[in-house]
Amino acid sequence: MRRTTYREITGQYIGFYGLMAGLGVLILLSLAAAWHMEHQGHHVTGMTNQIVWGMPHVLAIFLIVAASGALNVASIGTVFGRTWYKPLGRLSGLLALALLVGGLAVLVLDLGRADRILVAMTTYNFKSIFAWNIYLYTGFMAVVVVYLWVQMERRMNRFAPAAGLVAMIWRLVLTTGTGSIFGFLVARQAYDAAVMAPLFIAMSLSLGLACFNLTLAATCRGTDLELGDGLVSRLGRLLGVLAAVVLYFTAVQHLANLYAAEHAGIERFILLEGGVFTALFWLGQVVLGGLVPIALVFTLPAGRALGRVLLASILVFLGGIAQIYVIVIGGQAYPLVLFPGKEVQSSFFDGVVMSYAPSWPEITLGVGGFAMAAVIVMVGLRALRFLPESLADAALDPHHSAAPTGAEEKAPA
Amino acid sequence: MTGRTPQQGFDPQRRRFLSAAAAAAGVTLAPGVTLYGVTAAGSAAARAPEDPVTSSVRWGLLVDVNKCRDGCNACVTACVEENGLRGNGRPETDAQWIRKVELRDPSTGAKRSLPLMCQHCASPPCVDVCPTGASFKRADGIVLVDKHICIGCRYCMLACPYKARSFIHEVVEDQKPYAPRGKGTVESCTFCVHRVDEGRTPACVEACAEAGGDAMTFGDLNDPNSRISKQVAAYVTDQIRPDLGLDPGVRYRNL
Ligand code: SF4
Ligand code: SF4
Repeated sequence: MRRTTYREITGQYIGFYGLMAGLGVLILLSLAAAWHMEHQGHHVTGMTNQIVWGMPHVLAIFLIVAASGALNVASIGTVFGRTWYKPLGRLSGLLALALLVGGLAVLVLDLGRADRILVAMTTYNFKSIFAWNIYLYTGFMAVVVVYLWVQMERRMNRFAPAAGLVAMIWRLVLTTGTGSIFGFLVARQAYDAAVMAPLFIAMSLSLGLACFNLTLAATCRGTDLELGDGLVSRLGRLLGVLAAVVLYFTAVQHLANLYAAEHAGIERFILLEGGVFTALFWLGQVVLGGLVPIALVFTLPAGRALGRVLLASILVFLGGIAQIYVIVIGGQAYPLVLFPGKEVQSSFFDGVVMSYAPSWPEITLGVGGFAMAAVIVMVGLRALRFLPESLADAALDPHHSAAPTGAEEKAPA
Repeated sequence: MTGRTPQQGFDPQRRRFLSAAAAAAGVTLAPGVTLYGVTAAGSAAARAPEDPVTSSVRWGLLVDVNKCRDGCNACVTACVEENGLRGNGRPETDAQWIRKVELRDPSTGAKRSLPLMCQHCASPPCVDVCPTGASFKRADGIVLVDKHICIGCRYCMLACPYKARSFIHEVVEDQKPYAPRGKGTVESCTFCVHRVDEGRTPACVEACAEAGGDAMTFGDLNDPNSRISKQVAAYVTDQIRPDLGLDPGVRYRNL
């Protein structure tokens, strides 16, 4: 079997520095937003005592969930030995790290007392799933770093499958932990369900792959790296399967809730009467984030897969944000049931469906997390050999016959 | 189809509460601390500052809903005054430790009015989920937030089934020395712990009595001779959402 050679990004790409500068501005803006929220207090946001987690949490959870899924490609390559995916393992690990760092940064910067981050890292309540997650996240970073190292250090290559297995198991646990943040909230009708954990795992796989596809395409475009159509089609179809799995678990989530009579209220709210949440669910998550991308990737025109796969990835990405928005915000907007069967009224909005409008500081802060992830990927690509010399189909699969569409290997510059 | 839980029947609820009350009388519920003991005075006496908080006491509150008047807000006003909770005219973000909730039974039209605050659960989810341990339960059952450790993640607010907690969304001024508050942290009813430790009752309870309602009884649920223990032993009382199994220290009569 052919050994893949890797390289870093070299040369003076104007695009590279331009993009870096743009992302740097976004990061600065997000820091300013965080400072504003911190300084003024959270009343400058859309969050209240009723909707206590808002847009920063939606985007941070997206990033964290996608981080674990971004490692997908590496797992398929090393653990399951699929040659097509192997050369992408390094990039997949780098992206996983970057997304996780971006997500955690957003989460931390939204804290009421972000200055007490040291307290959070030194004082633990071991009963709290949240505290557990702090370990799961830092552990995940360590595991991925080791995994990258054994992939990149030739003498260590033989440990790659073992490291890959550890990383794969770790990320399943990590996503279970993230899903359980909600699953443990017994009092909230929207969250009190065991299916939250598998649902989050499915979401992580699909959202992580969508992020990976977008990153890969952008990288290849920016560095003149050829991207074979066969590889793109594979990634696209995999995305379609994963998006279908997410739809399946979403169906299980809602059907199970419908079956439990006490959850009928929240289901009615999300599925029928929730206004923006209902629209986001059906239109955003199910149709645009699920059915359309699935249809797109299973009807790929031969030789021209890239455009459709990219569109599908963008839709899955946006659908994922819609889905997490519905789970996080919709679940809080629906009132807690304190007195079943009674009508309630109070000065604290008991029994009232709350509305929420994300404020600019919140959105800016969340977007900053994505910018940070992108910068980490770019710096990584520049500093270390994450990228294979070629991703043309013939370079990936020795049995691949150079298709007439022109998939022959390009000589590296 | 209206979010009704299947536990409308009275009996299981009642049985559950009676067994919980029996358990509370025998063994205290805080783990790891002395399980049985009697204070010197044997009842709700003041705790000397040097004495440790003890699990032989479990502070509780009984609200007689029949005596709570619709439109009376004396308890809420007293709480705001006592703990320096003056808001900024923004009801969605201003803190509320206690609120009056008006109930209406849609099938009969019957109305009820009652105060709702932190229920000082024996198994408080807010404490379980708090990553730093800032949210904690004292041995005597009072659930508090350590303002020095709280990082303001608000996970406890999501976990509390009673919506009892508030996040401080703005700079606070005019704090009371005994009720420290700080922007960016979470807070909730403390049972007026500063008064309780001096042998007094919470401000809301006192205000209710002064307003002539006398709907609230505060005391030690572990002391069989306390007024509250005698009342919960004599009458049927309810906890809110008993199905969650949190064993709140606040109970309601004639709900
Ligand atoms: S009522 Fe809420 S805040 Fe109070 S102890 Fe129970 S869970 Fe905690
Ligand atoms: S907001 Fe404070 S008290 Fe509540 S869970 Fe977070 S750290 Fe604990």
